Amino acid sequence: MSDPAVVIDPAESPVAHGSGLADARSYLDIQGVNLWYGNKQALFDIDLPIPEKEITSFIGPSGCGKSTLLRCINRLNDLIDGCRFEGRILWEGQDINGSGIELHGLRTRIGMVFQKSNPFPKSIFENVAYGPRIHGIRNKSKLQELVEKSLRGAALWEEAKDRLHESALGLSGGQMQRLCIARALAVEPDIILFDEPCSALDPIATGKIEDLMEELKKDYTQVIVTHSMQQASRVSDHTAFFYLGELVEFGETQQVFTRPLQKQTEDYISGRFG
Amino acid sequence: MPTSDHGMHSEGQRARKKMRHLLYSRLCGGALAVRVLMIVGLILLLASKGLSYFWPKDIQEVSLKDGSKVWGEYQGRKVFLGAQRDAEARYQIQYKVANRDLYDLDFRWVDEDEITQTSTPSGLLRLERREYGVFIGRLRELILGGEVHRGAVADLMPLLVRKMAERPANETHQWEQEARRDQVVLVTAEGQSSTISLFDVLHVEAPNEMSVFAKAGTLIANLWAFVWEDPRESNTEGGIFPAIFGTILMVFLMTFFVTPFGVLAAIYLREYAKEGPLVRAVRVAIFNLAGVPSIVFGVFGLGFFVYFVGGTIDQLLYPEALPTPTYGTGGILWASLTLALLTVPVVIVATEEALSAVPKEVRQGSYALGATRFETLWRIVVPASLPGIMTGVILAIARAAGEVAPLMIVGMVKLAPVPMDGEFPFLHLDRKFMHLGFHIYDLGFQSPNVEATKPLVYATAFLLVGIVMVMNLVAIYYRNRLRERYASSSV
Ligand SMILES: Nc1ncnc2c1ncn2[C@@H]1O[C@H](COP(=O)(O)OP(=O)(O)OP(=O)(O)O)[C@@H](O)[C@H]1O
Ligand SMILES: [Mg+2]
Repeated sequence: MSDPAVVIDPAESPVAHGSGLADARSYLDIQGVNLWYGNKQALFDIDLPIPEKEITSFIGPSGCGKSTLLRCINRLNDLIDGCRFEGRILWEGQDINGSGIELHGLRTRIGMVFQKSNPFPKSIFENVAYGPRIHGIRNKSKLQELVEKSLRGAALWEEAKDRLHESALGLSGGQMQRLCIARALAVEPDIILFDEPCSALDPIATGKIEDLMEELKKDYTQVIVTHSMQQASRVSDHTAFFYLGELVEFGETQQVFTRPLQKQTEDYISGRFG
Repeated sequence: MPTSDHGMHSEGQRARKKMRHLLYSRLCGGALAVRVLMIVGLILLLASKGLSYFWPKDIQEVSLKDGSKVWGEYQGRKVFLGAQRDAEARYQIQYKVANRDLYDLDFRWVDEDEITQTSTPSGLLRLERREYGVFIGRLRELILGGEVHRGAVADLMPLLVRKMAERPANETHQWEQEARRDQVVLVTAEGQSSTISLFDVLHVEAPNEMSVFAKAGTLIANLWAFVWEDPRESNTEGGIFPAIFGTILMVFLMTFFVTPFGVLAAIYLREYAKEGPLVRAVRVAIFNLAGVPSIVFGVFGLGFFVYFVGGTIDQLLYPEALPTPTYGTGGILWASLTLALLTVPVVIVATEEALSAVPKEVRQGSYALGATRFETLWRIVVPASLPGIMTGVILAIARAAGEVAPLMIVGMVKLAPVPMDGEFPFLHLDRKFMHLGFHIYDLGFQSPNVEATKPLVYATAFLLVGIVMVMNLVAIYYRNRLRERYASSSV
């Protein structure tokens, strides 16, 4: 723990200057976030801008707080007993934890795809229609339209169109994960959070999801947590490296992977970690 | 310790472990096989003993050494216990001689040694009567519309059959008047003649002249009548429809009460209540409730539902009828509520299991789409738990359908009409009711004519087991369909 290499100079901001970020409009602004699970602090003073309509990846060793930070963005941590949050996450100039924000509306606009694909035990159609339904869409043709659009958006339509009313649990792992993406798209969010979406998939299914993310960049701001350096370098525009709950480095992906500013980052991405 | 020694030691241990494993698996398999065999055997026994009662048996003519004759249906044979110990075994044969009004007893034991000859002569009739049970005899005269018909049995039989076929489905007063004047005259084996009005005759058959197919037809007709008719003659004759109806209605009502109550309680405990000493205490109490003897529930039902709730309802809503109670006495409503109370732990435990089996990720997936807690619960978690909930309900039904003791004090009686009629509100939940379980007890141990009701005990037990199985199968079928729809992702 007291390895001198781990100590970060507080004077040096982890956000790389001159990385071109100043041009991109920071869409979500994470400011001074601390988080505790009970007495254990999991996040330390995180400052991180997330640019609009780009892909930002979170990398770092297991347990460093990537998922925790992701869950702060759609406030899923609110569900965890004993979880305490401090700091601000600004979105369109408003603090998402502020009193003016309606929690369910916020989660509707910030979709999430989980590491373990979690389709509901319902039909494929019902899985995708669930979000729109709970937000009050009853009209059958409108629902059908939305389901088709979302499934197309998640590149699943061709495979699923003939079995829309079969159980979603009969799909393959990769199809299930794309179904979960379609489900997230159906509520027409602005941001999609991916928590290790490909960790259980083979390279082909992974490739499909990565292509899909590229496709979705047109309309959505995306954040992806991944353990695969290749994936992060392939898909993301910006990369944030976390270590033990602290943000070590944040910058353009190319810069982070080729010319990391921090020694820890270099050690981690070159696999010389430990 | 040298390694070779060690190796031998562990090898011996492994062999012993393997043996033990084999023994356990064999024991388990054996126990299961024995259970299945016992259940199948029980059902076969009930079916054969019960169904043979409805099979029209031949009427035998038994000639005895003293020159007398006996007409009756063969029932069974047993060793005569009154014999000397070292003497050769003697057997007795039981015949159903019927004619209770003449002989006092329907059954007669005849020493096998006494019998010189048995035959099945034609012309013997079996009459089912409104009172006194069956009559066995030979047709001698028919008095129809004041006209006396005499002659050979072969000539009289068609007349009688035609007359019987004219019986209206609903007995009218006019028909009764006529039927009371028409009479059949029969002679018994002893030559004694007996006159019976046609009004009292429910059914006539001549089993000795019937083909196997005709007998099979009668078997089905008898079964049909047994299922759909009211009992007669203090339950020794007729059908058991009110008991079937009472059992099924009570189980339905019980299910109707227990399901929402148990499911809501489980949802509260699992999803809303904060885990702590209180909730844990409640859970322990529920588990213990499942172990309370059922008669205790009966007593509670009597005190709480019947006297307290029912009595209060009477005072508030039916004061004009007092002191005659309306709801303040046992009835099918209170009986089903008592049973609901008895079975609610099963439903709660099963529902809690099912709820906790819904993966956390699935719930989070719902929240992440902006669903509220309530929407997540009712649209995702509860539907996904439905198969598990159904399992609980199936167990509750199985338990409730077989429960008798607590019902005896909250409204179950030995004889009552179906609690449904044309009078508003058509289904009278305040009425007392019959139940197959109690009916078995009543037939077997409380009947004035235990010998006659013995086969009915089998038949009723067969029906009860059959009904419980059918209700369970329907519920299981329904659960499996749900399972296909909401197949759990944890599989
Ligand atoms: N619900 C929770 N309750 C208590 N502690 C938690 C909880 N979730 C996470 N933690 C702790 O917070 C820290 C960060 O966890 P987090 O899941 O964010 O890590 P991660 O970077 O996503 O790891 P991985 O790559 O393995 O998914 C870990 O030490 C973890 O043990
Ligand atoms: Mg994680």
